[in-house]
Amino acid sequence: MKTYTYTEKKDTRSGFGAGLAELGRTNPNVVALCADLVGSLKMEKFIEENPERFFQIGIAEANMMGIAAGLTIGGKIPFTGTFANFSTGRVYDQIRQSIAYSGKNVKICASHAGLTLGEDGATHQILEDIGLMKMLPGMTVINPCDYNQTKAATIAIADHEGPVYLRFGRPSVPIFTPADQTFEIGKAIKLTEGTDVTIVATGHLVWEALEASKILFEKGISAEVINIHTIKPLDETAILESVSKTGCIVTAEEHNILGGLGESVARVLALHNPTPQEFVGTNDTFGESGTPAQLMDKYELNSTAIVSKAELVIKRK
Amino acid sequence: MPNTQQLNDLTIQVRRDILRMVHKVNSGHPGGSLGCAEFMVAMYNSIMDRKPGFDMDGIGKDLFFLSNGHISPVFYSVLARVGYFPVEELSTFRLINSRLQGHPTTHEGLPGVRIASGSLGQGMSVALGAAQAKKLNGDNHLVYSLHGDGELQEGQNWEAIMYASAKKVDNIIATVDLNGQQIDGATDDVLPMGSIKAKFEAFGWIVLEIEEGNDIDAILNGMAEAKSKTGQGKPVCVLLKTIMGHGVDFMMYTHAWHGKAPNDEQLAIGLAQNPETLGDY
Repeated sequence: MKTYTYTEKKDTRSGFGAGLAELGRTNPNVVALCADLVGSLKMEKFIEENPERFFQIGIAEANMMGIAAGLTIGGKIPFTGTFANFSTGRVYDQIRQSIAYSGKNVKICASHAGLTLGEDGATHQILEDIGLMKMLPGMTVINPCDYNQTKAATIAIADHEGPVYLRFGRPSVPIFTPADQTFEIGKAIKLTEGTDVTIVATGHLVWEALEASKILFEKGISAEVINIHTIKPLDETAILESVSKTGCIVTAEEHNILGGLGESVARVLALHNPTPQEFVGTNDTFGESGTPAQLMDKYELNSTAIVSKAELVIKRK
Repeated sequence: MPNTQQLNDLTIQVRRDILRMVHKVNSGHPGGSLGCAEFMVAMYNSIMDRKPGFDMDGIGKDLFFLSNGHISPVFYSVLARVGYFPVEELSTFRLINSRLQGHPTTHEGLPGVRIASGSLGQGMSVALGAAQAKKLNGDNHLVYSLHGDGELQEGQNWEAIMYASAKKVDNIIATVDLNGQQIDGATDDVLPMGSIKAKFEAFGWIVLEIEEGNDIDAILNGMAEAKSKTGQGKPVCVLLKTIMGHGVDFMMYTHAWHGKAPNDEQLAIGLAQNPETLGDY
């Protein structure tokens, strides 16, 4: 079995900051906006190098989304930066009308998604953002898994014409994807080959899925791990090919199972190849204060949870 | 440049378009549309620096954003009458498969429309973004926007109003249609807003008032003055005092026709008060 290791941990939001800084050097049309969270979003380098292309909006996310839509009229490619909660739920109608329905080329970049925001608690831990964004017609939804992939995704979405929701997080997590990767929107990445169960994961849960696959291997279970960094458009072919071999699937995400990646996968399977599926995700609940690790354990968003769901789904075949 | 008589003639034709459009589909918003007919005619024929054709970026042109999208009938009529699309297409307003949606949208590719509007309070932010894009592009043309007075009850406006002066966005002229009416009644009854002039001034804007917002010459003079105030480090606001339903006597001085279409008899009366000038579509 192919195994993955890491020598360094970093936060995915720093990957965003690095990608944005690189875009500042390579694409003169890229502009950045922030609603008073420059440090949290790691946007300092871009601002230092391109002060004229940065717009500090203040604590006014609705205005930020509208200004971003307006900046596209004149050929700019705006990247908005704030926490995931304030990037989506707070400004849903602004995104819906001024960006998505208007077909504007805005990149909504959202940090501190999910439970791993930690101690600030449920007011800031959005677990519904993937659902909100994937429901918007024409919106691309991306949730990369580590620093390198977030950097690559940030760079890639500048070349994609149309609105994008890019979701990343606060905590340091293992870097296990290559630094020189080319990010292909909508293309799933098969990380391990397996025959007994498919594990489809996104964001921070991808590493947990790899850890789970090692445990499963020791138990004699061959797991195929797929990194779904793009939730919409979903790589249906990759999912269907894998389950045609394994016959069952576990989906894993740092998000409510209602409205998340798992439901998108279930829809594909229901249409084309009904397959036993188990879901790792929060279950119709808000989060709470705690360390990221404590929260991921309490809400069962870890390798242990993936292992038990994999064993369960295999029995349902 | 057309003279006042020509602009007045066009205004009358636009009123006929508005009445006929909303009557045909028994829906739409004639009141605010009629109140802004003179303003929109003046904007697209005299005030804005437009160029032939339409492209989304609008570099080298003045831009206009309609924030109160429900007055789409006057927007569509004026866009068609100045050549963005055939006037015959006005007959498709609000019909299935039409580019003339109930509220304006870019979604159907209608020339002249750069943003969807309808859900209120979003247009000023968009206009500010477009104005800042113009500055980045070294484009010294202006960005205009139109807002309802009731629309100012939406909080996003005040985020935008605060931002505009803080960031010295001085290439924008935001006009507020001060007709004092909204769906549920007079703005002073629904949610009194106090002095809108004082509020804009307190937020650091240059504010001009056009007392006769249904008079072509007053609009031309007022907007020329507004233009002269741009480029001075402050955003410019025009308070345009209009009469909702202007030009159709039974629709004036009331909120009743905000979102209601005339019946056959009412249409005939309204059209009789506005005899055809340039030809119906």
